[in-house]
Amino acid sequence: MSYGQNTSPASRERSRRESDEGEGDRVGTQHKNATERPDHPHPPLRGDLSRAAGEVYGRDPRDRGGPAQPLLLVENLRKHFPVRGGLLNRKVATVQAVDDVSFAIRKGETLGIVGESGCGKSTTARLLMRLIEPDAGATVFDGDMVGSRSGISVNAMRRQMQMVFQDSYSSLNPRMTMVDSISYAPRMHGIPRNQASERAEHLLEQVGLNPRTYARRYPHELSGGQRQRANIARALALEPRLVILDEAVSALDKSVEAQVLNLLADLKQQFNLTYLFISHDLNVVEYVADRVLVMYLGRVVETGPVEQIYRSPRHPYTRALFASKPTLDPDRRTTEMPLTGDPPNPINPPSGCRFRTRCAFAQAVCADATPDLSAPFGAPPTDGPAHLVACHLPEAQVAAGIGHA
Amino acid sequence: MSDATIDFVRRELLAQADAPAAPTPGYWQSVRQRLARDPVTIAVSLVLLAIVVISLGAPLVTHYDPYAGSVLARLKPIGTPGHWLGTDETGRDLWTRLCYGGRLSLLAGILPVTISLLIGGFLGILAGYAGGLVGTLIMRTMDVFYAFPSILLAIAICGLLGNGLSNSILALAVVFIPPMVRISETVTTQARQLDFVEAARASGTTTLQVIRYHVLANVLGPILVYATSLISVSIILSAGLSFLGLGVTPPRAEWGLMLNSLRQAIYVQPYVAALPGLMIFMTSMCFNLMSDGVRSAMDVKLNK
Repeated sequence: MSYGQNTSPASRERSRRESDEGEGDRVGTQHKNATERPDHPHPPLRGDLSRAAGEVYGRDPRDRGGPAQPLLLVENLRKHFPVRGGLLNRKVATVQAVDDVSFAIRKGETLGIVGESGCGKSTTARLLMRLIEPDAGATVFDGDMVGSRSGISVNAMRRQMQMVFQDSYSSLNPRMTMVDSISYAPRMHGIPRNQASERAEHLLEQVGLNPRTYARRYPHELSGGQRQRANIARALALEPRLVILDEAVSALDKSVEAQVLNLLADLKQQFNLTYLFISHDLNVVEYVADRVLVMYLGRVVETGPVEQIYRSPRHPYTRALFASKPTLDPDRRTTEMPLTGDPPNPINPPSGCRFRTRCAFAQAVCADATPDLSAPFGAPPTDGPAHLVACHLPEAQVAAGIGHA
Repeated sequence: MSDATIDFVRRELLAQADAPAAPTPGYWQSVRQRLARDPVTIAVSLVLLAIVVISLGAPLVTHYDPYAGSVLARLKPIGTPGHWLGTDETGRDLWTRLCYGGRLSLLAGILPVTISLLIGGFLGILAGYAGGLVGTLIMRTMDVFYAFPSILLAIAICGLLGNGLSNSILALAVVFIPPMVRISETVTTQARQLDFVEAARASGTTTLQVIRYHVLANVLGPILVYATSLISVSIILSAGLSFLGLGVTPPRAEWGLMLNSLRQAIYVQPYVAALPGLMIFMTSMCFNLMSDGVRSAMDVKLNK
């Protein structure tokens, strides 16, 4: 479990439901949660107050679970794609794109997901949006189980969770002007055309595009950076609480990338957003993320606060990943390849720890048992969000030598 | 907001405010503009328009009865006074016959395509968007029809239903549904995978809304263009059916039927006998060229 909590999401869910029935209970559970989490960004007492009082404190009226409830809780998410072939199109193999991924995103934070290409980052994003149906796993959005009868529907979740795609061109309808693209979703949700267009123009202005010039333009009439701004405006049109940025700045050149990153930071404050930031660019993730999730071959191998992961990575894969990060410091130049070869084929992933085939420390136990995410060996107990690592071997977690990180 | 960003945004906004706000035309308006700049498309459209107008207004451009012949005026050559395009084997004015024949030929060209566009387009978009079992079911059913050559299938259906104009239109519609489904399915499958369709799905709108606003606008172009090119095939096939005696029945005027009856006179009046064929050729070529022109005008990326 990677969400750094002692209570399981299921029990959290249950306690929230119970507390909805009796307000007294609710206060009790909330208080318990709050005391368990001293790292809480808000004064813990605020969560104890009733909803009406919460609004006085300027809490988002859509905030149902209170500040201690993670905005998004993902448990044991799994997607195995069948590979069909041969006679009669039978299933001949499965690609284990995402396997047993669990994490939580707290309100107002930015969670970064890093990993090599093909490690399941984007599939995870699409699973969260339910653009792909997961094979297994539960998503809990602000205390509401997504897709369950007692929770919220997938469409209701999608209104609060939006996504910005990597390809700024193909993610805009070539037949629609900017203002039409942005106002589409609000219009479909019943906002009158004029009002939706007005709001779209306002959003364009907020992402730095003059509506007078750009509102009536088509995607091919804009540059990549401008298009990505429009995509961000489109994602914000439904006033979401969580925005998934799937390699959203990876296709932009460096100067534009910086502008868009700053814009994202500003918008986050302005609209009180929570980001899930998926990128293969470690420097960008270090810049934007509060917490990081490192994925390898469809599994989470390490998670924790960004400073901790970047300062003292514990998983051999994370260390190798950071070692391969280009640096400008000539004294720290990478001399040997920290990681060789391609990741193993996800159709037939290695047993046990999936990284063992490329790991210098691998032992018999790594092939036998799948390591759980747990606190690293010898780590002092921390108050903050937990640093968790999926590795059996203490020596592998502390060994120096690889890389420069 | 950080100062740098505010500054950047302000500068960008100022720069943009100075630039004249060029009114970008709507999509269909821009298509029309591009069409207006394409002389070939304009020319063939005018020819088609003329054919349609003359066919519909046949009584106004000729004073002869299309069915009344004269034994004395049989097989007159082109340029005969009173019959400037000559007469056919029963002495009917050929210009009159061509004008009236255009009505049925155009109907037999356009109606089957329209029917197959509605049915085939619907099935194809459904198959392409739904995919999975529904898609497989629809596409495999279409493959059964594909196994027959189109003209043989049309002849078989006509033979089954009996001859007559409505039966030949029905037969052609059935023949055109499978290719229409296949085209619609292909373009829809492609469009469905695009990020903006995923984004639309991710915005929590219903499937029908996603199809209407995002899929349809991007697949209708290619489907319509394909349908236009099918019109020429439909004219030729229906002419062929009439030629074989399966479509329009004599003495009604239809280009294919006229070609059939005049073929006996090909050694007597070769130019007169070729005229219905020329009309079929011209009309179908014009539809083809027009569909090409419309396709390139609808391609946003081709023309900036």
